[in-house]
Amino acid sequence: MTETLEKYFVPEPSKYPIFGSIALLMFGSGAVMWLHEVGAGPWVFFLGVAVLIYMLFGWFGQVVRESETGKYGRQVDRSFRWSMGWFIFSEVMFFAAFFGALFYARVFSVPMLGSGDNEALLWPGFAAAWPTAGPQPADAFTPMGAWGIPALNTLILLSSGATVTWAHYGLLKGARGQFKLGLLLTVLLGATFLGFQIYEYLHAYADLNLRLDSGIYGSTFFMLTGFHGLHVTIGAIMLTVMLGRAIAGHFTPEHHFAFEAAAWYWHFVDVVWLLLFVVVYWL
Amino acid sequence: MSAVIPDHLHDHHHPAPGGLMRWITTTNHKDIGTMYLVFSFIMFLSGGVMALTIRAELFQPGLQVVQPEFFNQLTTMHGLVMVFGAIMPAFVGFANWQIPLMIGASDMAFARMNNWSFWLLPPAAMLLIGSFFVPGGATAAGWTLYAPLSVQMGMGMDLAIFAVHIMGISSIMGAINIVVTILNMRAPGMTMMKMPLFCWTWLITAYLLIAVMPVLAGAVTMILTDRHFGTSFFNAAGGGDPVMFQHIFWFFGHPEVYIMILPAFGIVSQIIPAFARKPLFGYASMVYATASIAILSFVVWAHHMFTTGMPVAGQLFFMYATMLIAVPTGVKVFNWVATMWRGALSFEPPMLWATGFIFVFTMGGFTGLICAIAPIDIQVQDTYYVVAHFHYVLVAGSLFALFAGAYYWLPKWTGVMPSETLGRLHFWCSIVFFNITFFPMHFLGLAGMPRRIPDYALQFADFNAMASVGAFGFGLSQLIFIAVAVRCARGIGQRATARPWDGAEGLEWTVPSPAPHHTFETAPVLR
Repeated sequence: MTETLEKYFVPEPSKYPIFGSIALLMFGSGAVMWLHEVGAGPWVFFLGVAVLIYMLFGWFGQVVRESETGKYGRQVDRSFRWSMGWFIFSEVMFFAAFFGALFYARVFSVPMLGSGDNEALLWPGFAAAWPTAGPQPADAFTPMGAWGIPALNTLILLSSGATVTWAHYGLLKGARGQFKLGLLLTVLLGATFLGFQIYEYLHAYADLNLRLDSGIYGSTFFMLTGFHGLHVTIGAIMLTVMLGRAIAGHFTPEHHFAFEAAAWYWHFVDVVWLLLFVVVYWL
Repeated sequence: MSAVIPDHLHDHHHPAPGGLMRWITTTNHKDIGTMYLVFSFIMFLSGGVMALTIRAELFQPGLQVVQPEFFNQLTTMHGLVMVFGAIMPAFVGFANWQIPLMIGASDMAFARMNNWSFWLLPPAAMLLIGSFFVPGGATAAGWTLYAPLSVQMGMGMDLAIFAVHIMGISSIMGAINIVVTILNMRAPGMTMMKMPLFCWTWLITAYLLIAVMPVLAGAVTMILTDRHFGTSFFNAAGGGDPVMFQHIFWFFGHPEVYIMILPAFGIVSQIIPAFARKPLFGYASMVYATASIAILSFVVWAHHMFTTGMPVAGQLFFMYATMLIAVPTGVKVFNWVATMWRGALSFEPPMLWATGFIFVFTMGGFTGLICAIAPIDIQVQDTYYVVAHFHYVLVAGSLFALFAGAYYWLPKWTGVMPSETLGRLHFWCSIVFFNITFFPMHFLGLAGMPRRIPDYALQFADFNAMASVGAFGFGLSQLIFIAVAVRCARGIGQRATARPWDGAEGLEWTVPSPAPHHTFETAPVLR
């Protein structure tokens, strides 16, 4: 039978999607209740998170079992490749919204607040220079410098991109030890990155008086780096799962797209960081 | 080509759960497509009831039926429900049913994820509709959720934000599924340029969805953090700008407009050739026109914002870019007309709806051009002229195409021909009442009646009374469709053959009617 005529794997009916839907319903309604100080809010919220974790474990576990029992042919493999690429594109557009907000604030809204009628009538004496918390009377803050922890973190993430590629070469040539060691190093570098980032946030709040509510600088700084940190966390979890599967003997030199998908995601997180480093920290 | 699958090939399937569990756990694209269509019709009726309450209030000047606060909630929720609950899911329902059948695939590429894409919608709808019943009521900031109004509202606004997030997740997963299905699951011999045009339009729509739904997610996330966590994205005192919300929103919002109309173009492009009994005129130009519309949709967003203050160079750029979209859209309209030219035309219900679509949608397109002209837009911004314009493209465009598609493919879905008498009645009532409702709104808008206001000056009374009568007529006409659909689903009416329309072309007509639960498990080979 030729490759194009092999039967495409269509899964059996599954209970997992409805669990995911119930989880997000509880997550959303719990969050809203929590924000409005309704007593049950946090409980509903965390129950939703728990159901979501159960669903992810069950669903991905089933996918792993299907993959390891050889149910996925080459056409299914291509589907996974396409879908991961498009998923990463959607993530790029999500970050684009926040980068767009940063550019808009720096190029349009802050200069406009410090010029023309705005300056003459509304905010006299507002020096429209970046970084700023806007013309409101606010506590002074110190912006985050680029050449301390952020530069170190850049080095760490770039190295982790190299180690994950080294691991991939190991897998391709059948050197399982190199594969596992490379994965372990990548996960450890990712964890180090996150540790530094937490330290940096503590430093910002404790020493620099730089907070989420420090005007537009604080908003863009914490939302951009925070969402990036969240994505590093997700990527590190993906790579940890891949490490566990590697130890369990999964993946062959020909059949290992799950690992590649995690690596693609890791490189995406890496590129976002480079942009962040340049436009949030440096310039 | 071997399209019909012999029964013995089905043996390896485990017995599917019955009853409600069948629908909750299903991985079958036809079941999921049906759920999308039923859900979207329920949401269409819910949004319709809101619209009729609005029209009841506007029947006369003065306040009779609802309080102004509730009126604002109704206009907001009518928009959100119709856009995210009715029109978009209905097109995804069509995609689920038709794309695998049209390209000869056994199912969607990710059948389990397909189920989740659908089952995220009921929770989102619960959050959205439920927000009417929380303290402060539903969000009343308009469906565009403009800051700073959306930063100030109560609990209903937060529920709307999470509902939008969940619907966005659903749309992105659905769109990835559709893109991958079309790119990777085509039967051997089905090259891209042999694909039915409905698949092409959905491929491009899905690309737009993946590109812009995350941007909307970003926008509402910024509102959420501005509301509760002290950020200053849309707060001028903190260095932000409420106008920035409009930029981010409409960067999503304008491609969103084409997300709601491109699949409609696809449906009409399937139906016109079938009932003109001629191949589609200019297939390749249709594909390129669709792609051009999609690309241009990313560079026109600020035409929604001419009155917010913008440099003249910006106004001119967005004005000309917008008018450029008329070129590929014109290509499409001329191609449809050229397809009908000297065809052996017949006007069964699908063709009635499709030709009605061309007439009325084109009028909406022309008023769109008028709105695109910056100096005129400054006059008609936020008047009933805009309301008339976008209802001509969304109701007479998207909705009429959805009905055209439903009448066209109901025989394939149910095995029963939809009643021709009821179908004609549905169409003629709809198009007459539609125009009675929305045509006077052009005059109201040009005369200066503002939208989203529950009361109005006396000189607007006659046209408003007319529009309200038309709206109730239009709403009641839609009940005819329930009769049509229920009759088909219950098997009342003439049996459909595998190819009930003699001019219809495509793989979906090679399988029996109703389409068996599993089709094309072994791909057909096209030559």
